[in-house]
Amino acid sequence: MLEIRNLHVSIADQEIIKGLNLKVKAGEVHSIMGPNGSGKSTLAQVLAGRASYVVTEGEIIFEGKDLLELAPEERACEGIFMAFQYPVEIPGVANTYLLREALNSIRKYRGLEPLKHVEFARLAKEKMGIMGMADNLLKRSVNEGFSGGEKKKNEIFQMQILEPKLAILDETDSGLDIDALKVVADGVNALRSPERAFVIITHYQRLLDYIVPDFVHVLVDGRILKSGGKELAFELEDRGYGWVEEEARKAVNN
Amino acid sequence: MGISFSNEDDGYSKGFEEFRKEAPGNGIPWMESLRGEGIRKFTELGFPTPENEDWRFTNVAPIARTTFTIEKNGHKQVSPEALNRFIFPKLRTIRLVFIDGTYSLGLSDLSDVPEGVKVLSLASALDSEEGLVKKYLSKYADFSEEAFTALNTAFMQDGGFVYIPRGTRLREPVHLLYITGKSDRATITNPRNLIVVEDNCEAEVVEHYVSIDEGVYFSNVVTELVVGENSSVGHYMIECESMKAFNVSTLRVEQGRSSNIRSHSVLLGGALVRNNVHPVIAGEGCDSLINGLFMSTGRQHMDNYMKVEHASPHCDSRQFYNGVLDGRSRGVFHGRIIVHKDAQKTDAKQTNRNLLLSDNAQIDTKPQLEIYADDVKCTHGATIGQMDENAIFYLRSRGIDEDTAREILLGAFTSGTLESIQVDEIRNYCEMLVAEWFARRKGGTELDNDPR
Repeated sequence: MLEIRNLHVSIADQEIIKGLNLKVKAGEVHSIMGPNGSGKSTLAQVLAGRASYVVTEGEIIFEGKDLLELAPEERACEGIFMAFQYPVEIPGVANTYLLREALNSIRKYRGLEPLKHVEFARLAKEKMGIMGMADNLLKRSVNEGFSGGEKKKNEIFQMQILEPKLAILDETDSGLDIDALKVVADGVNALRSPERAFVIITHYQRLLDYIVPDFVHVLVDGRILKSGGKELAFELEDRGYGWVEEEARKAVNN
Repeated sequence: MGISFSNEDDGYSKGFEEFRKEAPGNGIPWMESLRGEGIRKFTELGFPTPENEDWRFTNVAPIARTTFTIEKNGHKQVSPEALNRFIFPKLRTIRLVFIDGTYSLGLSDLSDVPEGVKVLSLASALDSEEGLVKKYLSKYADFSEEAFTALNTAFMQDGGFVYIPRGTRLREPVHLLYITGKSDRATITNPRNLIVVEDNCEAEVVEHYVSIDEGVYFSNVVTELVVGENSSVGHYMIECESMKAFNVSTLRVEQGRSSNIRSHSVLLGGALVRNNVHPVIAGEGCDSLINGLFMSTGRQHMDNYMKVEHASPHCDSRQFYNGVLDGRSRGVFHGRIIVHKDAQKTDAKQTNRNLLLSDNAQIDTKPQLEIYADDVKCTHGATIGQMDENAIFYLRSRGIDEDTAREILLGAFTSGTLESIQVDEIRNYCEMLVAEWFARRKGGTELDNDPR
């Protein structure tokens, strides 16, 4: 589904990602872990299409298409969704308005009729239930005055409505209490299917207790230094990231 | 036909000598002396220059150097179809229409004026309601330092006279519609509105300035709005004039005890626009909402001058002004809040947010607090910025294309000030005007006029 080859990314002339390779197949859940500043969020932003991140080398192929050629909205229409680490507040734009516009825009791209108001309302109500969100959050302005937890839930709620093929979660678990974390995890697990893939970027192993990944990758200084199964997450939790760096250094020296 | 004059060789005084002979109220001694004081003051003050702190950001030289004509009996034909564009859909109103400053009986609609309420043209009110007019006219709009108000006082032709007696809930809004027509000369009109709302009343009054031609003309407006105790009044100023027009408007509000006013200004037209809103909160326990939306493009210049005077204790005032500036336009927000010595427990808040859509647009925003009481709460804030790129990216990442994302954000910004308009039909009409503005912008109609 997604293949990243030798990706180099700079922001303001500083190289953040320095040759990253990653393959994600449909149905898989990949977790990317790593210390602060290792390039995790940069990877998410590049996948979503943020213009300030400059790809200097490498390529990203999504479902056979050159992702880097696509505008952010085209990527969304192709089936990519990023849950923002810091969801943006948009005063004056109702949550429900944003979602209906987004969903209908994606449907139009795919040659589908726009969803009628009633149909959309029914869909939204169902998904709100899953996320345990209060009805009034729909009418409120996007993320405005939401608590940290509400913002993150809102991201997953949007994901539920838009049903992407590839969902990238950028530290969605950060700052959540355990109850909110479970709701977020349930929201993700409810969408897991053989046709859909997830890239879960996290700082903590905790989330992976609830969303069990197929693969765990360790990102350090812009490169994936180690990949493994879910056990790797526990090892990182116990031992930190230092040993991975050490191992990689030895491998280079040998 | 008409009287033409310019600012040279004492032209305004000479023009006045000719004008006064046939001016409304001619033969009424107090009116004649009021007009006389007006022209005397105007001659003494002259047009303000940027050295005057209140006019620092707005140069009225283009007005001062234009030769204007007062149209005489200039009854131009405005077809009912043309009128339709300026009427609020699905809303019954009491309507007074003025064409080139002269009252049009044919286009006005007074069929819904309830008994006891008086809605008529000021010129006729000087005949039939002289006592009432005398009691209120020019008692609030002080012109000792205001050249444009002095000018209006001298040259006032006609306007809306609205008198709402005690205990009246006026169901239908009063719509004062000023249409300026086609002319090959630059015309001047001096509309004067007097709105008196007694105690325990509810009313909505709309001032609406439009043109049916892209000509040069000058509307110099003064409105006095007197609000009695415990009354609630909504006032709307909708400015959609020719992109070559000059408009200087002054709304002077006097608020009685426990009254509440909602003032909404929507400025979209005109080459050079100055909108003065000056409420004096004279009674205790009042609420004042002073809202505005101004949208400029091309070389338009829009100056919003607020002077909110708290003269009594326990009053709240709220000002929310949003500006959208495109092209090479220039905007000014001058928000003065004066809290007099006795106005303890004043709670005043002022917010001015500006969105610059072009690198060449410019805004000067100037909050000014003058507080002479010691137990008050006054806050102000102003922001100037481009559109939030983070928000645009967020919307795009959800599948919404960039143009639509920008439209959504702009719409949210403009609706933010319109949503407090309580009359749905008026709000919808304003939303429609804003939508048309966006559509013109999208269509690439750069309105490049240069009044300077």
